[in-house]
Amino acid sequence: MKKIFGLVLCLTMTASLLAGCSSKTDNTSSNKAKTPTTAATTGGDGYATTATYAIIVKSAGNPYNQKESEGYKQVIEANGGKCVIQEPKSATAEDQITCINNAISQGVDCIAIAANDTDALEPALTEAKNQGIHVLSLDSATNANSRKVFVNQAGTTQIAQALMDAILDISGGSGDWAVLSAASTATNQNAWIDGMKTVMQDSKYSKLNLIGVYYGDDEYQASCDQTEAILAADPNIKVICAPTTVGIMAAAKVLQDKGLSGKVKLTGLGLPSEMADYIGDDDQHSCPYMFLWNPIQLGNLAAYASISLVNGTITGAADQSFTVPDKTLGDNGSYKITAAADGGTEIILGAPFKFEPSNIAEWAKVY
Amino acid sequence: MAGKSGRVISAEQKFSLNKFLFRWETFLVIVFIAVNIMNITISNRYWSVNGLFNATNTFLCVAFLTLPMCFVLLIGEIDISVGSQVALSAVILGVSFNAGCPMWLSLIIAVAVGALCGLLNGIILVTFHELNPMIVTLGTQILFRGIAEIILKDQATGGFTSVKWFSKLYWGKVGGVVPIMFLVFVVCAIIFGVVMHKSTFGRRMFAVGSNQQAAKYSGIHIPKMRIIIYTLAGLFSGICAIFVAAQMGSARPNIGTGYEMDAIGMCVLGGVLTDGGKGNFIGAMIAVFLLGFLEYGLGLVNISSNIMMVVKGVLLIFAVMVPNLKFGKLHKRDSETV
Repeated sequence: MKKIFGLVLCLTMTASLLAGCSSKTDNTSSNKAKTPTTAATTGGDGYATTATYAIIVKSAGNPYNQKESEGYKQVIEANGGKCVIQEPKSATAEDQITCINNAISQGVDCIAIAANDTDALEPALTEAKNQGIHVLSLDSATNANSRKVFVNQAGTTQIAQALMDAILDISGGSGDWAVLSAASTATNQNAWIDGMKTVMQDSKYSKLNLIGVYYGDDEYQASCDQTEAILAADPNIKVICAPTTVGIMAAAKVLQDKGLSGKVKLTGLGLPSEMADYIGDDDQHSCPYMFLWNPIQLGNLAAYASISLVNGTITGAADQSFTVPDKTLGDNGSYKITAAADGGTEIILGAPFKFEPSNIAEWAKVY
Repeated sequence: MAGKSGRVISAEQKFSLNKFLFRWETFLVIVFIAVNIMNITISNRYWSVNGLFNATNTFLCVAFLTLPMCFVLLIGEIDISVGSQVALSAVILGVSFNAGCPMWLSLIIAVAVGALCGLLNGIILVTFHELNPMIVTLGTQILFRGIAEIILKDQATGGFTSVKWFSKLYWGKVGGVVPIMFLVFVVCAIIFGVVMHKSTFGRRMFAVGSNQQAAKYSGIHIPKMRIIIYTLAGLFSGICAIFVAAQMGSARPNIGTGYEMDAIGMCVLGGVLTDGGKGNFIGAMIAVFLLGFLEYGLGLVNISSNIMMVVKGVLLIFAVMVPNLKFGKLHKRDSETV
């Protein structure tokens, strides 16, 4: 009897779960507007659209990615389009391919993707392109063949420069430092680390000694373990630079828990809301300052670029320019598509933003 | 119907209708139909031949691993190293291709590497037969992925898209409708199904899974059988690696993570007992498509992957719970009659 009761209970649970799912009805199906010119003429700022847009983030349950997709959705829906958000269950190319296939089956007009792997998505995205779907990447680029344009949160060189200057400043000009990165395959992290190595060639940084790059795979526990590994590898370490939101938070926690905040300092790229407790100038806080851009704005910009592609205002080729209604973005709302280092084109959101003790409280409320 | 001997075995025939209704495969078919009906209701894009065939491609890569996994589970063992075997095979495929081997040769090398990995599992298990397969394959799981990572050092090896026919293995469709991979899978599945249920080898596997000691004393060469089965698992990891590489046009040491659990999950949902000795190949195949279509349908309406995992988890718990429920009832009935 108990077993039957358990079975019934389980069945009800599944049923209610599925019912909950199905109430989010398929709002993407009836809508197929692949007539760019007509859609463009109806728009106030030229951004009115009736098309369907898919954004594929890196993985489910990543707050930074959620902000990106929120920003994307906001702009798409405000302009009359339909937005679908696809979250792969883990941060791998394989799971993103499943999402791409889902988006193709749903007949979307545009896919914006934060790539987990540069090359591995190419065949799947080529399939999407063959179906007449516009593809762009944001946050982390796909290779040049598989995208029309890359919406870059900050120029690689700007970020590398800002981080190196921070390390130079925090270390006092000399000493050992290490990088705590995300997955070893993450395109953007690798680009920044390579950029930092290039910046380091300058004689100004000659007294800094990079002991190694550690990979925490964007998982909290793994990042904690890697921080411990750095501390074990070099007791004289002065600065850890974590250009990943998960990594910097984990490292900050480890440093403060071990009471090393006075000795080992931390900088990198982090989410203000997650890092608010760790940012400070004294020895109780491990992170004097860090950088990031606004992921909501990145989503916004990607959405404007998506609509422009679908409406035919831009094609993604270099030297084209476009203006977004939100004047807080870019140079008073104007953007230019530039050639990217990988042979494709990109749109750069702006220079990284510095979060320091004076402004962290205010930004922690935002994201 | 009571037999002449008056033994209770006849009771089984008496409840044959009940048994049929309580068959796990019947239940799976019902759930399969229910899932499809649900999918059609929630998305009007679901019911299209093209879409469904595209969907099969996304889950059939892993499904290649379920074929030999059925055998492994049937003899009461487990192989959790197959995901890493996929990674190692794919990496070797890429390395040999980029070292100048023609693609067909690289494919053979990849399959051979997979088979070799499986053979290694088999040899270790047979030589040290007191070792638990779970522990041994856990060890080789780490070992194989470690080798893959040493070879590529966190880099990708790519450029497979330059060989058009190779990409077609995954993306190509016969007559523009039926994916090549689907056809390959169907052929393999038929062969495995026949071997499992219609061949001597299959009967022996059931015997070994039910009672290893009895099987041993009735003359079944168990070590040989285990080596064959583990090598098969490795061989099919190599085949899986080929399709994954064709899908992505490149290979990385981190691919195939979690494939072993997906494959085991599909088998278990299909009614293959992890204790060995019981299972129906058809059930496992229904489970493959059931889980695949469920995921596809939910993906079409943009259900978060976290919720999808919950749904799959609940289904798996069912798979373990319902047969117990059934056995409990039969058991009770038996004790009443005796």
